[in-house]
Amino acid sequence: MEGLAFDIAHLLAGGMLLVSFMMIYQDRLLALLKVFALQALVLSLSVAWQAYQQDAPHLYVTAAIALIFKAVIIPIALRRIVLQLGIQRQVETVVGIGLTMLAGIGLSALSIVLMLKVTAAADAFAREDLAFALSVVLLGLLMMVTRSNAVSQVVGFMSLENGMILAAAGAKGMPLVVEISVAFSVLVAFIVIGVFLFRLRERFDSVDITALEDVRGDQE
Amino acid sequence: MNGLLANPVAIIVGTPLLAAAVLAVLPGYVWSARLNMLACLITFGAAFSLFWGTAPPPGTYLLVDEMNIVFIVLNTFVGFTASTFSASYIGHELETGRLTPVYLRFYHAMYQMMMFGMNLALLSNNIGLMWVAVELATLSTVLMVGIYRTAEALEAAWKYFILGSVGIALALFGTILVYLAAQPVLGEGQAAMVWTSLLANAGKFDGSLLNLAFIFLLLGYGTKVGLAPLHAWLPDAHAEGPTPISAVLSGLLLNVALYAVLRFKMLMTANATALDPGPLMIAMGLVSLIFAALMLYRRRDIKRLFAYSSIEHMGIIVFAFGIGGPLANFAGLLHMVMHSLTKSAIFFTVGHIAQIKGSQQISAIKGLTQSHPLLGWELAAGVLAIAGMPPFGVFMSEFLVVTSTFAVHPVLALLLVLGLLLAFGALLLRLTGFLFGEPTGSLKPSEASYLPLFAHMALVLMAGIWLPGPMVAWFQAVARLLG
Repeated sequence: MEGLAFDIAHLLAGGMLLVSFMMIYQDRLLALLKVFALQALVLSLSVAWQAYQQDAPHLYVTAAIALIFKAVIIPIALRRIVLQLGIQRQVETVVGIGLTMLAGIGLSALSIVLMLKVTAAADAFAREDLAFALSVVLLGLLMMVTRSNAVSQVVGFMSLENGMILAAAGAKGMPLVVEISVAFSVLVAFIVIGVFLFRLRERFDSVDITALEDVRGDQE
Repeated sequence: MNGLLANPVAIIVGTPLLAAAVLAVLPGYVWSARLNMLACLITFGAAFSLFWGTAPPPGTYLLVDEMNIVFIVLNTFVGFTASTFSASYIGHELETGRLTPVYLRFYHAMYQMMMFGMNLALLSNNIGLMWVAVELATLSTVLMVGIYRTAEALEAAWKYFILGSVGIALALFGTILVYLAAQPVLGEGQAAMVWTSLLANAGKFDGSLLNLAFIFLLLGYGTKVGLAPLHAWLPDAHAEGPTPISAVLSGLLLNVALYAVLRFKMLMTANATALDPGPLMIAMGLVSLIFAALMLYRRRDIKRLFAYSSIEHMGIIVFAFGIGGPLANFAGLLHMVMHSLTKSAIFFTVGHIAQIKGSQQISAIKGLTQSHPLLGWELAAGVLAIAGMPPFGVFMSEFLVVTSTFAVHPVLALLLVLGLLLAFGALLLRLTGFLFGEPTGSLKPSEASYLPLFAHMALVLMAGIWLPGPMVAWFQAVARLLG
């Protein structure tokens, strides 16, 4: 891969990282869901571009799944849940936004330095793609750690998974397993939404995880 | 069809899947509990027959070799005994109204799904398939942990789900990196994901890429093993789910994740330029051991107590495999088998005790030798065994771990012994409380099924006194394979 094709792939992968940063500083749930949908959109474009470049038609399926499920269905479903629960005005961050951004920058720098150093033998595209993907993964992880709301934790997890798919699509010729894993990610998302949120709602009238912390049987 | 029936591998993977489908629609818990047992028995029979058959040549997806036969037989055996225990356990849960018939149907179907996931993970020859199978097993256990739908159960399931997913995601990243390391040598496509061809060519892979991959894999699958900094889900999941699931989690699921780590460790050792995975595993194992041993002292919930004990023992096992060499690997394997058998027997006992007393609080369980002598002494045997007292098998394997460590790193052996003693003290302290004193709570006789308990303890006792020659030879072969 060279020239313009390389640049476009780069642009899209870099775009995902940028959107990840945007997600970190959203403190309203509905805005967060919109940004997540944007990330899924960029992911599907990126995967589709890989499919075209690698001449790997099966990756189009992955791109389509990302587009339909992650960019449309899941954000809409989560949005409905948020509205039903009436938590759309809630502002929640455990750690301050400035600090989280700094941590995010640190993590991205770390992953880029690490990846470029370790993968010296691999081809230029794969290594830079991996560096972006790892950053997205780490930022998703960061978001899961810094948020206390169940909905935003789920969003953080799905963003982390977007990073995985980006990495898998960039690994040239990785076999069928990609689709299986995508199917699984969809399953995961459904289980999360269906089982947990509704059950949490039933029991607590709140989806704030901190409310759960008090009920552990083992407290002093 | 005939060929399919004759093939034990197809039975091991197919039976649970089929049973899960049937159980999902079958009403009436008595029959579904029986069917659950039957399916587990068939799977176990097929797994056991692997000892005699000649292993089929490794395919793109499935593989049978000396190493995974040990794991798969253990897995299906404990799966079967846990299903017999579960049959007597859940009847009680239905009576007390903690579970409804619909949930029981779901429970049985999920039980078989979990068995399917674990068996598939153990038999897979493809690192991608292995990942998918481990994820499947994780998801089905998450649903079972949350099945009581109490606040505690939901929190436990949520925590397990979040940490488990993060772990599994890191493992996927590691898997992708292994593929990238293999791709220049083995070419694009399936070949670079097939474990046997990966191992055969591991020497030619890029070492630094493998290093990075292994770190992700160790952290990822290590979360599921319950290693120390990543263990937070484990006590909650054990304490709040139904007890048969606690037994299966401790006895089996942790092993499956460990198996994945070991497979990748073999890749690392086969590559000269990659870093030695030993020290990493030793460090994580030792930290888990000592941390869990200290945590044992402050527990108030009996299932949490034994969950921390599982972390401790997984630490010992990972430590042993980290030391490496034929002797330590042998000890690690033996310890893994012994821990699975003993810990699931303990959970079976604890399950019955907690049902009688109506509480899992340690303070609510006293004087068992007076009120329920059989259960009480059974618990005593189990706890003494898991604490590492002779003549049980756990003593043998712990002794082997300590001696093989002394030969290589005396200082580490001291730390190991310190951890073991700490855990020993905590467990004995609790045990005297359980056994003696004025009996508390309900005194009604138990309707326990003692068979699985005694079968497990008899095996553990036998292993402590006399290990059959062929089994020793088999373990030695696997230990050599592990490097």
